Amino acid sequence: MDVIDFFVDPLRYDFMVRALITTLIAAVVCAVLSCWLVLIGWSLMGDAVSHAVLPGVVLAYIVGAPFAIGAVIFGFLAVALIGLVRDTSRVKEDAAIGIVFSTLFALGLVLVSVTPSQTDLNHIIFGNLLGVSRSDLVQIAILGAFVFIALIVKRRDFTLYAFDPTHAHAIGLNPRLLGAALLGLLALTAVVALQAVGVILVVAMLIIPGATAYLLTDSFHRMLIIAPAVSASCAVIGLYLSYHLDTASGGMVVLSQGAAFALVYLFAPRQGVIGRRITASRRRRASTSAAVVAER
Amino acid sequence: MTAQPAVEVEDVTVHYGDVLALDRVSLALRPGRVCGLVGMNGSGKSTLFKTIMGTVKPDAGAVRINGAAPAAARKAGVLGYVPQSEDVDWTFPLSVRDVVMTGRYGRMGPTRRPGKADREAVDHALERVELTDLADRQIGQLSGGQKKRTFVARGIAQGATILLLDEPFAGVDKRSEATITALLRELADAGAAILVSTHDLHALPDLADEAILLLRTVLMHGDPAVVLQPENLAAAFGLDVMTRT
Repeated sequence: MDVIDFFVDPLRYDFMVRALITTLIAAVVCAVLSCWLVLIGWSLMGDAVSHAVLPGVVLAYIVGAPFAIGAVIFGFLAVALIGLVRDTSRVKEDAAIGIVFSTLFALGLVLVSVTPSQTDLNHIIFGNLLGVSRSDLVQIAILGAFVFIALIVKRRDFTLYAFDPTHAHAIGLNPRLLGAALLGLLALTAVVALQAVGVILVVAMLIIPGATAYLLTDSFHRMLIIAPAVSASCAVIGLYLSYHLDTASGGMVVLSQGAAFALVYLFAPRQGVIGRRITASRRRRASTSAAVVAER
Repeated sequence: MTAQPAVEVEDVTVHYGDVLALDRVSLALRPGRVCGLVGMNGSGKSTLFKTIMGTVKPDAGAVRINGAAPAAARKAGVLGYVPQSEDVDWTFPLSVRDVVMTGRYGRMGPTRRPGKADREAVDHALERVELTDLADRQIGQLSGGQKKRTFVARGIAQGATILLLDEPFAGVDKRSEATITALLRELADAGAAILVSTHDLHALPDLADEAILLLRTVLMHGDPAVVLQPENLAAAFGLDVMTRT
């Protein structure tokens, strides 16, 4: 089989075309958001919110409301409960996060088990790229576009919020509102990515691309380009591999992203482990052979 | 000293849970003056900063800025803040110029797209703090003094007339300390009101026009030479400090 067949052959099927578009949307939106999550230190929060939306999505399904509404409500509920447990007991934040999101996730699993038409809902947990319908795709595209545009238009405010919320407050911006907006967008992103990789693996797409880009550049603007580019490439590669190897598509997408991170972790020019070793040994040699000029 | 105070703190009390952080603190900062804030760790210096900035709400008392409510002053962009080094994520992928540009955000449209005036203000601020050559460097790759000057430049670009600096001399070499001191004097002479918390008592007389001794409440507010007299410091720090210095 030649290269062209490798890429073109699967596209003869409509379901593969829809799967490809879905993964690309999810990969790009998650990657853009992940740039802020890894810098604020919200990786665990991303994990928590992406799991905690499950009961919201199931309840929305039961009453026939849009998934996004249920997801946003439960996303905020999770964050509020985490804050409550952390602030009003001696339990530390990581424990509070663990308690709240696993409990809400469990509630979601129970709701799935008692709701007729289980097959559909199980797809939310593990993802079902190959089963994305035309109407699913429309919903994902609209939500994805909304989140993407909101993040890009307000990117400078979100970056300031992540870097220095005190200054944001001092110049009359509202850091609380910015934080809440970011959490709301996180909940919506979780819905976008559910179909692609499922609740359990959403967190990977919400962390890995941003972390990978962070190791490749010192410029946040470049992070916002590198992260989605890496994420989208991995999504395509993962999806094609899963088609040809007949393996789980969501799992393959995340595996590709993990592999990309591992490569960057090892070989990135400045931040890579190997690159840093080389720089360090060069510096040692330089400092023994020449006097160091003190930098101002 | 007839000018209207830039900052007025009136009978401010702050609790963190059961802990009393500030106890009926009253003070005034005036335009054109540098005020040194001296006190040991836990004396309430950072809480006082946060109260003036409005990130901590006092349980009692009030803060007024330029005679008006703090929220209006924040919107007007008069309040500039130089954080403690520990409070900054130096690995954050922003350049010196990016950080200084955030001083202009209050004046920009909702997308914070910088215009010509913003770029000029940032260039000018970078020149004032002598960081023009390092403008595109990531903030983590600066010396201690350069890091501080970056945030002072942000306040200048912002056009802040009130500058709050939390420990600006911690981890800063002598030469940078002199540069920053000269810069703060210039800004004060141009009309800014400046509050500087510091552990560096020796440098205080050169830097400050007045000093405040803080131990949850204002023990003393006056001439730095008087405030720094051993018996006054002893009251603020406890006697053991005298034997150490």
